[in-house]
Amino acid sequence: MSKVQDYLIERLGIADTIVYAKKKTVPIHKQSFWYYWGGISLFCFIVQAVTGILLMVYYRPGPEAYESVRQITFETQFGWLIRSVHNWSATIFLVSVFIHMFSVFFMKAYRKPRELGWWSGMLLLLLGLTFGFSGYLLPMDDLSYFATKVGLEVPNTIPLIGPAIANLLRGGLEVSEFTVQRFFALHAVILPILYLPLLAIHLWLIQKHGNALPPTEEAKPESERRNMPFFPNFLAKDLAMWLITLNVIAVMASLFPWNLGPPADTLAPAPEGIHPEWYFMSQFATLKLVGRILPGMWGEAFGMTLFTLGLVLWFLIPIFDNDKANGVRSRQVTYFGIFVVAVLILTTIWGYIGL
Amino acid sequence: MSDLTADPTEPQVDEEMSRRGFVRVAVTGVTLAYVAAIGYPIYRYLNSSVEKSAAMAAVKDVTLDKANDIPKGTALMFKFGIRPAMLIHHEDDSWVALDAVCTHMGCTVKFDAAKGNIHCACHGGTYDAKTGQNIGGPPPRPLTVYKVAVNPTSVTVSRV
Ligand code: FES
Repeated sequence: MSKVQDYLIERLGIADTIVYAKKKTVPIHKQSFWYYWGGISLFCFIVQAVTGILLMVYYRPGPEAYESVRQITFETQFGWLIRSVHNWSATIFLVSVFIHMFSVFFMKAYRKPRELGWWSGMLLLLLGLTFGFSGYLLPMDDLSYFATKVGLEVPNTIPLIGPAIANLLRGGLEVSEFTVQRFFALHAVILPILYLPLLAIHLWLIQKHGNALPPTEEAKPESERRNMPFFPNFLAKDLAMWLITLNVIAVMASLFPWNLGPPADTLAPAPEGIHPEWYFMSQFATLKLVGRILPGMWGEAFGMTLFTLGLVLWFLIPIFDNDKANGVRSRQVTYFGIFVVAVLILTTIWGYIGL
Repeated sequence: MSDLTADPTEPQVDEEMSRRGFVRVAVTGVTLAYVAAIGYPIYRYLNSSVEKSAAMAAVKDVTLDKANDIPKGTALMFKFGIRPAMLIHHEDDSWVALDAVCTHMGCTVKFDAAKGNIHCACHGGTYDAKTGQNIGGPPPRPLTVYKVAVNPTSVTVSRV
């Protein structure tokens, strides 16, 4: 056994890496709990890749999309389970990504030298949301049809080039089998190609810079900080979290199997109470709210501008709050973060109540 | 831990060992259970289309509408379950139905009306068009022959 190990270590030239991995530590403190959420997101992503490939075995994009998902759900052995896991794992993926992002935000883990971690993470989040949006259309049932129709109105509001972009995404003037076909290419080929290298960079940066300390810990002298070895202690805990996540996904997927609505029908009116998935609920509710105050196109344009500005601001936080010495900016950023979380939660709740 | 200081409440060395052994067995068992719980649905899922095709292959007979009309000296290709098969109406008005999958390496064979035999283009195998017997080339076994019943408006082919 150890001979094989030695052989591999030597041939792979990873002796240094192993020494490094053995020395790697993870800080222990009151907020250590938040360190696990990136790993949980990673685990869900792996589940998505595996179940996504499995679904691809039977899924047929284009005009047969609905029929093939119907067969997967109702005729193929355990097809309902694979599909349900893919949907639930996507949900839990985005939940953990959001928790991960906000914990990084409040721990100020985006500060020098970790700015690139923040930016690559933001891009991963945007790609993750695009995964969600494009995947939602693929079953081509009534909900996914209308969600995509409404969602593509967003690029449509971009001045001048908006309609052209929306048409290109749609593959026509209306959502049709061409839309499903190209959304499939987006969902299963283009997004993974963009996502994987970015993810590799993101993970590499974490190896490089290690876990960030929250400001309260950073204030303590070195001798008072506690650490645990990454291998095997933190890894074991990480794996335990993965196991819990796996069980949560399995329980949710089997107790609440994902639904398949009636096939998309261009002539059928939108079902009552139609609304987007929870991760777009806040935007949906805000647009509705802005629309009440400022009806018509201007309201929509205003709402979109608001989102874009908020996102840009969020993206640029590491530049604004780059120094732990500047307590004023640091506090302002914390308040801004609390404000953003509050707005997201309140508008989401309002969105669900207003259904 | 020496004998002098041995504390009866403290686990003995071999007890420690057996506890470790137990943990190892438990971890292995749980891991195997997870592998099975994940692997089984995936296997059944991937095998689903195999099961479907096996069910389709299990048919006992096929009725071919209007096949009673095919001219003498010609063959009609049809699907017996999921396998290609051929129905030959010979010049002497006899009817023969055979599996059309070459027993050599699985190519679909062809009725050669001029020579009155069945020919496989892949490696030049030949079969007798009445009995299905392999008469030339690499095929190791005869073609499976089916039973034919000619009805007034159709032909029924069934397994013998
Ligand atoms: S496959 Fe028919 S002769 Fe080889």
